[in-house]
Amino acid sequence: MQAVLDIVIAASFWEAAIRIATPLMFGVLGALLCERAGVLNLGIEGIFTAGALAGWLSVYLGCSLWTGVLIAALTGALFGLLHAVLTVPLGLSQHVTGIGITLFATSLSYFVYRLSLPSVASPPTIQPFRPVHIPGLSDLPFLGTALFGQTPMTFLAFALFAIATFILYRTPLGLAIRAVGENPAAVEAQGLDVTLIRMGAVVAGSILMALGGAFLTMSAFNAFFFEMTNGRGWICVALTVFASWRPGKALLGALLFGAFDAFQLRLQHRIGGAVPGQIFLMLPYLLSIAALVTIARGADYPKALMIPYFKGQR
Amino acid sequence: MIRFEPRTSVPLALRIGVPLGAVAAALCISAIPLAAAGAPILRAFALMAQGAAGSVFACTETLTRATPLIFTGLAAAVAFRARLYNIGAEGQLYAGALAAVAVGSGGVSAPAFVLVPLILIVAALAGALLMLGPTVLRVKLGVDEVVTTLLLNFVVLLFVQMMLEGPFKDPMGGGWPQSAPIETAGSLPVLLARTRLHAGFLLALVASVVAYVLIARTAFGLAVRAVGENQAAAGFAGIEVTRVMVLVGVLSGALAGLAGASEVAGLKGYLTADMSRGFGYAGIVVAMVAALAPLAVIPSAMFIAGIFIGADTMGRTLGVSNYIADLIVALALLCVLVSGLFLRFRIRFG
Repeated sequence: MQAVLDIVIAASFWEAAIRIATPLMFGVLGALLCERAGVLNLGIEGIFTAGALAGWLSVYLGCSLWTGVLIAALTGALFGLLHAVLTVPLGLSQHVTGIGITLFATSLSYFVYRLSLPSVASPPTIQPFRPVHIPGLSDLPFLGTALFGQTPMTFLAFALFAIATFILYRTPLGLAIRAVGENPAAVEAQGLDVTLIRMGAVVAGSILMALGGAFLTMSAFNAFFFEMTNGRGWICVALTVFASWRPGKALLGALLFGAFDAFQLRLQHRIGGAVPGQIFLMLPYLLSIAALVTIARGADYPKALMIPYFKGQR
Repeated sequence: MIRFEPRTSVPLALRIGVPLGAVAAALCISAIPLAAAGAPILRAFALMAQGAAGSVFACTETLTRATPLIFTGLAAAVAFRARLYNIGAEGQLYAGALAAVAVGSGGVSAPAFVLVPLILIVAALAGALLMLGPTVLRVKLGVDEVVTTLLLNFVVLLFVQMMLEGPFKDPMGGGWPQSAPIETAGSLPVLLARTRLHAGFLLALVASVVAYVLIARTAFGLAVRAVGENQAAAGFAGIEVTRVMVLVGVLSGALAGLAGASEVAGLKGYLTADMSRGFGYAGIVVAMVAALAPLAVIPSAMFIAGIFIGADTMGRTLGVSNYIADLIVALALLCVLVSGLFLRFRIRFG
C-alpha cells in the first residue's frame, strides 16, 4: 500500500501519465471525429506509424521540428483521404479497408525507412521537442512538474481537444458532422453534401492520428523503431467506444489510461523480479478490452456508423 | 458522368478476371517503390518470378510458405462470410502453436498415428477457444470483434514470450527463448526429399475442400451465407443467428490454430515468438483476393506466398528491403477491395 502511495504522490508520476496519454489523446480525438461522422477508421494504427516516420524523417533530413509536425499532418491527411475515398463515395467495407490502410501505411513506412537509411545498426536520433518553461507556472511546486513540465505537442493536444469540442458542439459545422453520423438523409435534405462532410471529417481525424504518431518519435522518444506504435491505435479505437463518442470522456479516458500505464511501469520497476514483465505489458490491452466490455451494453453508437450513404438511395 | 448500375448476376469470366486484374494492378503500382529504390523494374519482377517459381526448390519453398497462409486465409474467408471480422488469426496461430508444443514436445508420449492427430486437435481447440471470447462478446454484448481480436493478438504474443522464457523454455536451447523440439513421432513428414515441403500442405488442401463443402454444400453453409448477407432477414427466416456466429467463430479460430500446429510440427520443429511473419494478417489479404471462396484460397495463398518468397530473392540480389513484399501484399488488398466494385456494378460512362 505504501508503495502504491509513494508512486502516486510523486509529481514525476503525473508528468509521465500525461506524457503517455498524449499520443492517445491525439488518436482518440481523431478516431472520435471520424466515427462521429459515421466512418470507422481502422487505418489508425498504420497512420500512427506513418506520422511517426514522416515527422521524424523530415527532422532527421534537416527540417525544423514544427515543419516535421506539418509534414506528419500532411501524411496523415493523404492516408485519410485514401480511406475516405474508398469508404465514403465508394462505400467499401470500412472494416477491411481500414485494415488495408493500416497494412499499407505500415509497410510503406518501413520500406521508406529502410530506403532512407539502408545500413544503420542502431536507429539514428534527432533533437526532439523539449519541455517548455513557462515563467511562473513551471516553477509551481507540484503542478509545475506534473502539468507544466510537458513538451509543446502535449499542450497542442489539449488545445485541439478544446477546439474540437467547441467545433463539434457550438458550430453549424459541428452539427453537420454529428448529423451525418446519425441521420445522413436529414443532412442531405438540408442541402448539405454528406459525402463531402464525411470525407472532411475522416481527413481531419487522420491528421490527428498522424500527430499522435509524430509525438512518439519527436517528443516521447527521439528515434523511429519498427513496431513502435505497438497497438496504440487499436487502444484509441477501444477508448472511443469507452468514451461513448464524447470528447470530454475521451480526454478523461486517455488520461486515465496514461495514468494506469505510468503506474504499471513504476510498479513493474518495484516488484519486477517476482512477476514476469510480460504480465505488466499485457495489462494495457486487457484493460482496453475490459473497458469495451463494461461499456458495451449501454454504448450509444452514432446511428449511421459504418453505414455507407448514397445520394438519393433509401 | 459515370453511372453505377447494380449487376444482377456476375459472369464467371469477370469473377476470375477481376481479382487477377486487381493483383496485376497492385504489381504495377509497386513499380513506383521499386523505382524509388533504384531497382531495374523488369529485372526486379523477373527475379521475383524466378525466386518464387523458377525451380523445383523455389516452388516447394513457395508452397511451404503458402501452407500457413491457406489456413489463415480460410480462417478469414469463413468468418468474413458471416461478417464476423476475425482479425485475430495471428494470435490464434500462436495459441495453436503453443498448444502443439505443449503436447508434442515431450508432454505426451505416443506413436505417430496418435500424437500427430492429438497435436492438430489441441492446436485447433486452442485457436477456437481464443476466438470464442470475442465472438461471444460480439453476439451477446455487441462488442466490435475487430478491436478485441486485434488487442488479443498483442496479449497472446506476450503470453507466448512469457511461456518461452518460463515453463516452455528449452533447457537445451542455449539460452534462447524457444520451446523444446517437437518429438519425431509428432512431426509432420517431409513430402519431397531435400526440400522443406511437409504434410501440413496436404492438410491445408484438405481443410480447403472441407471448408468448401461446408460453406457451399451444406445447410450450415447456407445459414452462414444468409447471416453474412442480411442478419435480420436470416433471423426472420428462422436461422439461429447467435448459434451460427459462434460456430463460425470457433471454426475460424480452429483453422488459424491449425496454421500454428502445421508451422511448428511441419516446418520449424519448435516454437519461437517470431515464428509468424504476419501470417495472420496476410490471411486477410489471401481471403479477400480469393473473394472469400474456400477453394480459391489455395491459389490466392500460393500467389501471396510467391510474393514473399520472390521478394526475398529479388531483395537479396538487388539490395531492396524485403518490406517491399508487405507493401505489395497491402496494395493487393486495396486493389482487390476497389475491384469488387466492378463485380457489384456495371460502370457506364456518359
